[in-house]
Amino acid sequence: MARSILSVQNLTKKFGGLVAVNGMTFDVGEHEVLGLIGPNGSGKTTMMNLISGALKPTSGSISLQGTRISDLPAQEINRKGVARTFQLVRLLPSLNVIENVIAGAVFGHRKRWGVEAENYAREMLERVGLQVAGDAPVSTLTYIDQKRLELARVLASDPKILLLDEWLAGLNPTELETGISLIRDLRNDGRTIILVEHVMDAIRSLCDRCVVMNSGTKIAEGTPAEVLADREVIRAYLGDDDA
Amino acid sequence: MTDKDWRNFGLAVVGLAIAACLPLSGNGYYLTIGVTIAMYVVLATSWALFSGPTHYISLATAAFYGLGTYVVALGIDDVPYIVLLVIALVVGAVSAALVGLATLRLSGVYFVIFTLGLAEMVRQVVTWVQSNWGGHQGNYVLTDITEEIIYWELLALAACVYLAGWLIGRSRLGFALKIIGNDEVVAAHSGINTARSKVLLFMVSGMVASLVGAILAPRWTYIEPSIAFSPMLSFQVVIMALLGGVKRLWGPLVGVIPFTLLWEAVSISFPNQTLLLMGVAFLLIVYTIPHGFVGLLETYSARFRERKG
Ligand SMILES: Nc1ncnc2c1ncn2[C@@H]1O[C@H](COP(=O)(O)OP(=O)(O)OP(=O)(O)O)[C@@H](O)[C@H]1O
Ligand SMILES: [Mg+2]
Repeated sequence: MARSILSVQNLTKKFGGLVAVNGMTFDVGEHEVLGLIGPNGSGKTTMMNLISGALKPTSGSISLQGTRISDLPAQEINRKGVARTFQLVRLLPSLNVIENVIAGAVFGHRKRWGVEAENYAREMLERVGLQVAGDAPVSTLTYIDQKRLELARVLASDPKILLLDEWLAGLNPTELETGISLIRDLRNDGRTIILVEHVMDAIRSLCDRCVVMNSGTKIAEGTPAEVLADREVIRAYLGDDDA
Repeated sequence: MTDKDWRNFGLAVVGLAIAACLPLSGNGYYLTIGVTIAMYVVLATSWALFSGPTHYISLATAAFYGLGTYVVALGIDDVPYIVLLVIALVVGAVSAALVGLATLRLSGVYFVIFTLGLAEMVRQVVTWVQSNWGGHQGNYVLTDITEEIIYWELLALAACVYLAGWLIGRSRLGFALKIIGNDEVVAAHSGINTARSKVLLFMVSGMVASLVGAILAPRWTYIEPSIAFSPMLSFQVVIMALLGGVKRLWGPLVGVIPFTLLWEAVSISFPNQTLLLMGVAFLLIVYTIPHGFVGLLETYSARFRERKG
């Protein structure tokens, strides 16, 4: 693994009695695409929420390039270069397409404003392959275009680390291919990405390494081929009748 | 600035110039209504600056307005009026900052209730302090400030509010507020300090309301807490702003003028039912034209364009 850029140490998150993330420890290397996988309800989104600052951990820490970020509010974590998409797409419905992207460019990691922000937003729209008029309302977008738009907004802050929470979910087979090759392009740009995904093809073809979660705990870590062959991982996915 | 900006700027200047001539008519009744309209234009427009983009319904207008009125009521005998206006501005800004910091983390309905309670609480405190230590219920405000001067002061303030609103609309702060109004989670994850942005704009509307209270204080000659902190004022501001529409800077203006005129007539004919009628008006507006006149206009012009195109 390359030099570590993000380091998660012994991280725990409890919701009342429910331990959604339980003592997770892992590192993400620079320019690495890390797959965060696991069955439904295993705590992947909670993990993303903890990294992005949407939630505060109960204990443990997260550091970005050696600086602790787990006490910071979401906006400051974003300004330090961590940006995310949401499992359920979140757009800004009263803003048009281009304004939705500019929203990501103005206040975040790299700040742009005015004509510069607008030009950069157009570049991002092109980057994600969204070919609609900038002044179109977002309500006219198809599902994959909504996902593209959200990705463009997130890219507009030029993040060091990109968190994608099931960005490929809900796409049809052709769209899926487009989606995978788009993420591959981002990977080739040298972006560091944490990818939460259920689509196995995507995991195999995109991830350098995977961390597998089950009931909030890390049960495996390694290359996609290694973890997908792991017996405990298979058991977690197929369900464990003996437990 | 674009051509459209210049056109709007021109229209605003002409409109203000015409409005400024009203006292020359020499008709005292027109002037009285003019003052009322100018007052609500300023209050509703500055209210919409904050509540329009954020969708936070603030019922604190009366609290800030009353504070401004009391700054003048308490200081008029000892401090020059112009200094009192500055103090009112500062008091409004500081109290709005405090209220904002305490409440803007609350979501929707809690915020509404809190702001409503706030005005009532301030009123009770002022009443209590006055009857325990002041030994009297109210204060006299005796000045040689005429209704014309009050009217022109309000127009000048309206010009400042429009200018401020236009500048905010083009600024990062204005853009941040729009994003917050759409989705606060996305706003925070896009690097926006949501609490700070909201508090800043809340301060703008609070300080304008306080200044309006201070400007209008000389109109009353005798000031009591029930006049200065009337909860009706907060509701009226909300109703007028919603009637006009909060999506455009000029929206509240087109709500205030018809509503004030209508309200004049209503309160003369049914002086004892004003509260009830206010409630009815509120329901009617929210149900029939939720986006105000601005919304109606935009719907119709969109349809018109469709038919032509
Ligand atoms: N805000 C919350 N309050 C209470 N419980 C929560 C909250 N968020 C998540 N949980 C619980 O934490 C557990 C992990 O949820 P999480 O959404 O992180 O799973 P996931 O791995 O992302 O699942 P999926 O693959 O279905 O998206 C679940 O049992 C969920 O019900
Ligand atoms: Mg999830």
